[in-house]
Order: sequence, then C-alpha cells, then structure tokens
Amino acid sequence: MFYREAGEFKASYQKDQAILPIRQDRWFIWAIIAIAFLVIPAVSSDYWLGTIMLPFLILALAALGLNVLTGYAGQLSLGTGGFMATGAFAAYKLATMFPGMHILFVLLFSGAITAGVGILFGIPSLRIKGFYLAVATLASQFFLIWMFNKFGWFTNYSASGVITAPQMTAIGDIMVTGAHATVTAKYLFALSIVTLLALITKNLVRSNIGREWMAVRDMDIAAEIIGIKMLPTKLKAFAYSSFLCGIAGALWAFVHTGSVEPLAFDVNRSFQILFMIIIGGLGSIMGAFLGAAFIVLLPIFLSNAPHWFGLNIAVDLISHIEAMVFGALIIFFLIVEPHGLARLWQITKEKLRLWPFPY
Amino acid sequence: MRVERDVIYIIFASLLLMVIIPWSAGMLSEDIFFEWPFFFEVAIGGLLAGVMYSLVALGFVLIFKASGVFNFAQGAMVLFSALTLVGLNEMGLPMWLSIIATLIVMLILAIAIERVVLRSLVNQEHIILFMATIGIAYFLDGFGQTIWGSEVKLLDLGFSQNPDFYFGGLILINDFDLIAAGIAGVLVIALALFFQYTRIGRALRAVADDHQAALSVGIPLKHIWVIVWAVAGIVALVAGIMWGSKLGVQFSLALIALKALPVLILGGFTSVPGAIIGGLIIGAGEKLAEVFIAPMIGGGIEDWFAYMLALAFLVFRPQGLFGEKIIERV
Repeated sequence: MFYREAGEFKASYQKDQAILPIRQDRWFIWAIIAIAFLVIPAVSSDYWLGTIMLPFLILALAALGLNVLTGYAGQLSLGTGGFMATGAFAAYKLATMFPGMHILFVLLFSGAITAGVGILFGIPSLRIKGFYLAVATLASQFFLIWMFNKFGWFTNYSASGVITAPQMTAIGDIMVTGAHATVTAKYLFALSIVTLLALITKNLVRSNIGREWMAVRDMDIAAEIIGIKMLPTKLKAFAYSSFLCGIAGALWAFVHTGSVEPLAFDVNRSFQILFMIIIGGLGSIMGAFLGAAFIVLLPIFLSNAPHWFGLNIAVDLISHIEAMVFGALIIFFLIVEPHGLARLWQITKEKLRLWPFPY
Repeated sequence: MRVERDVIYIIFASLLLMVIIPWSAGMLSEDIFFEWPFFFEVAIGGLLAGVMYSLVALGFVLIFKASGVFNFAQGAMVLFSALTLVGLNEMGLPMWLSIIATLIVMLILAIAIERVVLRSLVNQEHIILFMATIGIAYFLDGFGQTIWGSEVKLLDLGFSQNPDFYFGGLILINDFDLIAAGIAGVLVIALALFFQYTRIGRALRAVADDHQAALSVGIPLKHIWVIVWAVAGIVALVAGIMWGSKLGVQFSLALIALKALPVLILGGFTSVPGAIIGGLIIGAGEKLAEVFIAPMIGGGIEDWFAYMLALAFLVFRPQGLFGEKIIERV
C-alpha cells in the first residue's frame, strides 16, 4: 500500500538510472543516513558508539571490500586480514613519516599502498581459480602478518610490536584519533568515510567495470570470449577490494582501537569478514552492512544472553558454548537462506509491493 | 595411476632445488651450518613431519572427491575425535574400547552432518557449502570443548618419543615420527585397497567421477556421503591420535588444518597420492627452508613458507600436481 512504484513517472534517462528509482527507497535511505548521523550519536552511550557502532562500521567497510572481490568479481579470498593489516601499518608509517599530513590523505594513501599489495597478490588469480585460489590467498594473509611482526621498520622499532596512532584532527581542531578524541567525533568521522566509500562502490559496480567483474564471476571463460580482458579486470577487482580493506584496516588501527598489533588482523579476522558477506549476501552492498551488523552483534548477544536468564556459567565454558551456537546459527542461516540477509530484504520488498492484496 | 610427464619434471626440479639451495646457502653464508649428514637429517625429519600433514590432508581429499565439498571442518574433526578418545579413556574405558566408541561417535557425526547440513544444502554453490563446513568447524570446536573441557590432555599410547641414531650413527631421527609414518602408510594402503577392491569403494569412485551418472546406475548418493564422511572421520581419528600424542590434545589441534591446506593444493584436491606426495614435498621443503634459509631473512617463516611453496607449484600446475585437469566449457 505504501511501498509501490505505481504513479512514479521518469521523464529523463538520468532519473531512470538513479541508484534508487523508487521514491520510498530514497526516503528510507535518507532516513537511515539521518538517523545514523543525527539520532544515534545523540542517544547512544559511549559504550554503544565505541564498542558496537565503530567496529560495525569499519568491519562493514572491510566486508564491502571483500564483497567487491568475492561477491562481484567471484574471486574467493581469505587474505582480507592481511590487507587490513597492510592498510593499518601503511597509515602508521605515513602518519609518522609525514607528521603534517591530513588524516584523509593518510587514509587515501594507505588505501593506495594496500591496493598495490593487493595487485601483487592478485596476480596468481590469473592462473589459479576457485578453492585453489582461496587457499593461495592464505599465503598473503600469513606472509603479510609475519612481515609486520618480523621487521621492526614497520612499527618504528617499538619493542612490543604494537603501533599507536598519533593524534590527528579532521576538521579544524576536532581530534579523531588518539586519547583526546571523543567517541562521537570518531564515530561521525568513520561514518562519513564509510558512507562516502559505500556510495562510490555502489556506483562502481553499476558501471562497466562492475559489469565486467560480474561477467568474470559468472563465467570467466565466456567473459574472455566476449572480449573482457582478464588481466586488468581481475587486478582492478583486487586493487579496489584491497583499497577498501586497507582503509578499513587503517580506520581500525587509528580510529577504533588507537593502538594495534598485527595479530588483530590474523586469519580469524579474514574468516569473520567472509562470514559477513556470506550471511549478508554475496554481491550486494546492503548485504555487507547487514552481515557486519549480524556478525558484530551476535557474539555480544551470545556472551550476554546467559546473564539475562540469570545463569552463571564459567567464562571459558561460555566462550565454547558461544562458538557452538555461532557455528550452529551459521549453518541454520545458510540452510534457511543461502543467499543471505540481502535476499531476505529483497523478498520483503517484493511482498511489501503487493501488500495487503497479494493477488 | 598415470602420471603426466611435466609432473615428473616438476618433482625432479623441486628435489634438485631442495638440495642446491641449502647447499649454496651453506656455502655463501657464514651463519648457516651445512654438512651432508645434517642436511639429510633435516630432510628426513621434514619428510616424516610431512607424512603427518598428509594424514590431515587425506580427510580433505576423501570428502572433496566424493562430494565436491571443501571440508574446512577436517581440523575440527581431528580435535573432536582426539578429545572424545581421551575423554572416554579418562572416564575409565580401556584404550581399545574408547577407540571403538570414538569410531561410533564419528559415524554418528557423519550421519548427522549428512542429515542436517548436506541434505539441506544440496545443489547449492560450492562457496555456500564451504561456509557451512566452517560453521561445522566452529560447532565442533565449541561442542568438543564444552563436553570435555579445554585443558591440555596427554594422550600416551606407549610409543617412544626418543630420538635414535640411524645409518651408522650419522643421522638422528625421532622414533615416534617413524611410527607415525608407518601408520600413515598402512592407512593409505588400506584406503587404496578399500577403494579398489570393495563394492563400496567402487561406488565411491563412481560418485567421485560423476554424481549424475552414479545416481542413474542406482548408487544411493546419500549413503555414499555418510560413508565418505565416516571414513574422513576415521582418518581424522588416526590423525588426532598421532598429532595428539605428539603435541597433547588441545585446541591447537584444530589449527593443523591450516598446515594441511598447502599440502592439499599442492597435491591436488582430488588425489589421494597427491596428498601424500604433497605432504612429503611441503614437509621437507618447510624444514629445509626453516634451517637453511630462514636465518637469512629473520626466521619464523613456518607460518607462510608452505603456502608460498604451494603457490609456486600452482603457477606451473593450477590444478595441483595430481589433481584432475580443469576443463572449462562455455
């Protein structure tokens, strides 16, 4: 009744090709953005912003990056953690080598450096496919983490191997990193960057580059035959995906935790992000956000649930039960909807269009 | 088994490199100690460690061959079976009885996985099934440790853990590694005989070749999957016993799956001999690199070296050394 496209006429190609052609969708997205920018910082406590919303946003950005590579270009990768670490350490080196550099440029350049590393590790994808490639990308994961652990140059020879973000300002003298930054400023900064990058990504996957990626995903031999060059297409996917993952890693180290060690980006991080895009939905921008929300919130819910029921269970037992329930829920979700939360969202919209007279 | 010529070339070339690189490293660098008996000691130690990797990789191969599922839960199955075995043993069952009981548990697990997971996800994309097995891995890790606890347990089967000298007192080899290699060899031969000479084995090979053709001649796919997962469970138990008595039964057993993956891609997802030869190459290469190359670049390379080695092989053979040639049609 409320959600339908009837009566909306498009008078120009531009309007026809809008990202969200239906008016209600536009309202909905604007409402979400308004809530995210205005309402959430106003009503949430620092705990919520700092330990739930920030990791959610940053991991959603990483999931977006992996979704470009796996969901759109069809290259299964388990090296996300390694690329995030690259972004974090590149940002740290840039920020300490050029102390005057603005944080936006630090993020941009660290993303670019990660993109270069991604291209390097993407080269084998021209010959290796499928699960062979997935295992091969683990090489990048382990190699990068080892490199950052081993060579003191990356951490400016800090004894503990931990990097600590210097204090940096975004606009005027509003701190967004370091100990003096307020959680609200950090949140708004991360939110702006993630929103901007999500918009760019959405447009990119609608462009001819995105269509080439999807052709390669659906069948790379056929794509090659219709004239899509494998080398630039696959490497572009690796480059852009690692660019996003690198920025996510830099944000994680600078804005979220403030100081980070390479182990924060180990192989479990890669799996976590892979979970996000599978649960959220492969090949969907919305899916990356839905999946990230689910995977970030689920463990918090699981570890708090026993307290709500008044049960007292030993901490290590809780973590085992948590893993068990987590695994079971993953399987349950895959069985119920293998195409992820984004698909559920789509089905809901289809139903809403016909509601309340579905005939 | 027919072996292609370039596979033989690649294996020869890699063997040659494995000798030349440590030798030249020993010649060029003062820090690296190189002598032939020591070289062979390291190489043999590596080969025997590689057999242990093969044990885990075997489970992957069996399941991938029969159902096309990349079973990430194999490591978790190793941990789970070892935990169950030790747990039952601690409850007072004699060792032989707990082994039989664990086998039954693994069979039940196989049936449950087939019923709950595989049957519901029939005909889904490979990546979905892969994610489901990661879910199974989480579940098994949590389940096993919830029931049996997470402290390190000892698993003592009475094998000697002492190193002994062989070849006229020149080379030091751990007895336990030899026993493990022997058991792995027996397991592989038993599996080969099972696949080659039994009715079920024939059915398994048929399914591995072509699901649809197998179905159309009346092979029940569901039973086959249960059998394959159960066999993989048995392999996991053997791997769990060997790794558990080497390292102690603890959570890190689940992580040896990450050690088995390079073996798997090097040998090829679909080949049992590939898993063995891949394990030997990875094991020897890794140990040699650790001793003769790592000191030059900072050490601690065992995390990634196996993967890089496998990657180098894949550049020449994208399907692994013994994997089925990937033929794509439009």
